[in-house]
Amino acid sequence: MTQKYLIPLIAVFLLFLVAYTGAGAGLGWFFGIVVPYLAVLAFLVGFVVKVMGWAASAVPFRIPTTCGQQKSLPWIKQNRIDNPDTSSNVFLRMLLEIFIFRSLFRNTKAAFNRNAANRITYSWEIFLWVAALAFHYAFLVVLLRHFRFFTAPVPGAVQFLEALDGIVQLGLPGLFLSGVVLPAAVLFLLARRLFDAKVRYISQGSDYFPLFLILGIAATGISMRYFTKVDVTGIKEMTMGLVTFSPVIPDGIGGLFYGHLFLVSILFAYFPASKLMHLGGVFLSPTRNMANNNRAQRHENPWNYDVPIHTYEDYEDHFRDKMIEAGLPVEKKE
Amino acid sequence: MADELTPDELLDKIDYGAPSGDWMDTTKSVQIRPGMYCYAAKAESVETLGLPNARPWNPVEEDWKLPDNWQQIIHEGIKERLERFRTFKIFMDVCVRCGACADKCHFFLGTGDPKNMPVLRAELLRSIYRNDFTTAGKILQKIPGGQRLGGNRPLTLDALKEMWYYFFQCTECRRCSVFCPYGIDTAEITIIGRELLNLLGLNIDWIATPVSNCYTTGNHLGIQPHAFKDMLEFFVEDIEDITGVDCTPNFQKKGADILFITPSGDVFADPGTYTCQGYLILFQYLKEKYGLDVTWSTYASEGGNFGFFTSHETMKRLNAKMYYEAKRLGVKWILGGECGHMWRVIHQYMDTMNGPADFLEVPVNPITGTRFDNAASTKMVHITEFTADLIKHGKLELDKGRNANRILTFHDSCNPARGMGLLDEPRYVINNVCDNFYEMPPNTIRENTFCCGSGAGLNAGENMELRMAGALPRATALKHVHEKYGVNTLGTICAIDRAALSTLCEYWVPEVEVAGIHELVGNALILPGEKERTEDLRMEPLPGCEEEE
Repeated sequence: MTQKYLIPLIAVFLLFLVAYTGAGAGLGWFFGIVVPYLAVLAFLVGFVVKVMGWAASAVPFRIPTTCGQQKSLPWIKQNRIDNPDTSSNVFLRMLLEIFIFRSLFRNTKAAFNRNAANRITYSWEIFLWVAALAFHYAFLVVLLRHFRFFTAPVPGAVQFLEALDGIVQLGLPGLFLSGVVLPAAVLFLLARRLFDAKVRYISQGSDYFPLFLILGIAATGISMRYFTKVDVTGIKEMTMGLVTFSPVIPDGIGGLFYGHLFLVSILFAYFPASKLMHLGGVFLSPTRNMANNNRAQRHENPWNYDVPIHTYEDYEDHFRDKMIEAGLPVEKKE
Repeated sequence: MADELTPDELLDKIDYGAPSGDWMDTTKSVQIRPGMYCYAAKAESVETLGLPNARPWNPVEEDWKLPDNWQQIIHEGIKERLERFRTFKIFMDVCVRCGACADKCHFFLGTGDPKNMPVLRAELLRSIYRNDFTTAGKILQKIPGGQRLGGNRPLTLDALKEMWYYFFQCTECRRCSVFCPYGIDTAEITIIGRELLNLLGLNIDWIATPVSNCYTTGNHLGIQPHAFKDMLEFFVEDIEDITGVDCTPNFQKKGADILFITPSGDVFADPGTYTCQGYLILFQYLKEKYGLDVTWSTYASEGGNFGFFTSHETMKRLNAKMYYEAKRLGVKWILGGECGHMWRVIHQYMDTMNGPADFLEVPVNPITGTRFDNAASTKMVHITEFTADLIKHGKLELDKGRNANRILTFHDSCNPARGMGLLDEPRYVINNVCDNFYEMPPNTIRENTFCCGSGAGLNAGENMELRMAGALPRATALKHVHEKYGVNTLGTICAIDRAALSTLCEYWVPEVEVAGIHELVGNALILPGEKERTEDLRMEPLPGCEEEE
């Protein structure tokens, strides 16, 4: 059981060490140029292949999960978001699903008390939703902030985001909120996996690995910004080289940066082959992205095929005498 | 069996904590335990439809008499379904195991068995998918310990048996799907899982025999045409005793306005029979007052569809009767009775499978003029939509007082709630036929409703412990309103519910009775020319007519 989280933890450590020492041993070009290019390639190709694979599968039936009143009689109030009947309502449902995790927001926690009234009670369980939302948005902010390293001049939007993220104006260099929220949320999600018996039981190594990986990325990133102070000018020279396809390896960048970059590369390459693809899947999930208008508009099944059925004629042939005797109408009298 | 297990003993077993260790290590030790599983499909029932591997077998025996190439059959079955169902493919790939679904399943809440957490039920199959169908799985296979790390495993006989055991401990109620951030629907996974199991002839008899009956006699219970007519005529006699009015229905009447189809359970067993009498009274009223001509059919005498619990193909084969008969009789549209899974099939599958129903008209209620645009293509209307429309337009004369002895709560059936969204129509009808209506707590109704614990073909006798455990969340909510408001009647719009909830009440809340909504309509509806009623449809004294002691 412990190996499920220990192995991913050790793996992330080793991956970091490989890049840290490798770069020191003159393999900077490999970890700074070859690996990032391959990782981005793997991410793009993998992502597209996966999504195309899903898209290639048929959607034979329209089976939305309805979470509210249907559209039926004009005087009955429909729940347009949770039971959408038009594509604009579906769009709204998807927007809420994708941007505020509406389904997860509903989460409850059940408890059974054997000794009192033998009741099962349900309480609103908001923490998973809060942590999930905090994690995803902090990650997005961190990702977008990093465009500083891939653009020159840095776009106003990125600068604005940085200003917003650093609004607390604490310390020097200024503290980014996302730098606090991201690791905190990841640690919460990790603690949930480790200490909630049910979640621990369902967790796999592949659930711990991305958490440790992201934690490693955050730790190396934070360390570079606030503590060990790396050569930012050199790094920017290198990242700009990557993005303009004229890669260079400036001296004196330091192993910590290569470790950071390598972990990020691993995350990119690992992404399409893992559960992280829920990023793409959530858009395509048929229980959420379809309108509940099945009876109003016919949905076509591309592979619908004819099947043998027991026709009325077969039925009457089988029961004709009994039907006539019982006075039931028949097509043929004998 | 629950006969031997008292409610207290059952409650003692519940523990929501999960064991330590790895669930995959427990596959070998899964015991197919009496009380928790349903008997195997009889060979002759599997043969009726020509489904694969019909033979006698017993789940508790070591040898399941599988074909030699069973692994290949399952492998190819999965492959084919990944191409046919985007749901399946996405649901196999995107689960992050966040655990939001874990305590949403009534079977988990009633048994505490961690494999009844929806996520683990799906992982039983997903672990095999990852191993055999993903690149990562194929790479991990080559690394020692790699399979374990990715949560992958090969398709072994033990894994197959475990899947069988747990896919027949899911009632396809979709409650977990409401809470999943990606909309992963365990019902869909169970449906496909059972479809795969059926490729090896691994159905249960409580599904296979109704399917076989339905195919040949037209209904799950195997009621032959003359017997079906007899049974309805028996109700007609009872209604005449109670109301003094003859409610004789039409059978297979060509050119009728509407074909009415309802689950055969309502013709067969109490308390569904009272609901059935309610339909007869309603149709008599509409015929007498407004000249509406409704016909029943002994051929299409089943609204339910246990094919849905077998495979998509079997569902289609059984469902075909509805349109076939409507076309033959030349009716304008179809009206469907109170039933749960029947309505999921009609609402989300029928038109796609067996349509287009271009030989029918867009349903219009000739009495109110209402056009049911929400059923414009499928051309089938739910009876509570129909009745609610009649009541709204003041077309029914109702005496609520005749249900004054009923203190009612309403159980939303899973399929109309989460596969359709039919929530307020039955409530509107209830509020017009009964004065005392109280809702159960919000976490247990509408889209959050709890299953009766016996749906999706699991309403057998031999799995009573499972059923009563799965019934617990519904029962606790019911008990709450029983104690708080004195609720004595649990209303429902599902034939399986009428049977299953009756057992549930007997076991958990014995003071409560189960009633279909149209039973209450039948009691309240004032038939033209009726005598003064002193009894309700159960032949019990009406409020105010109780005999003096």
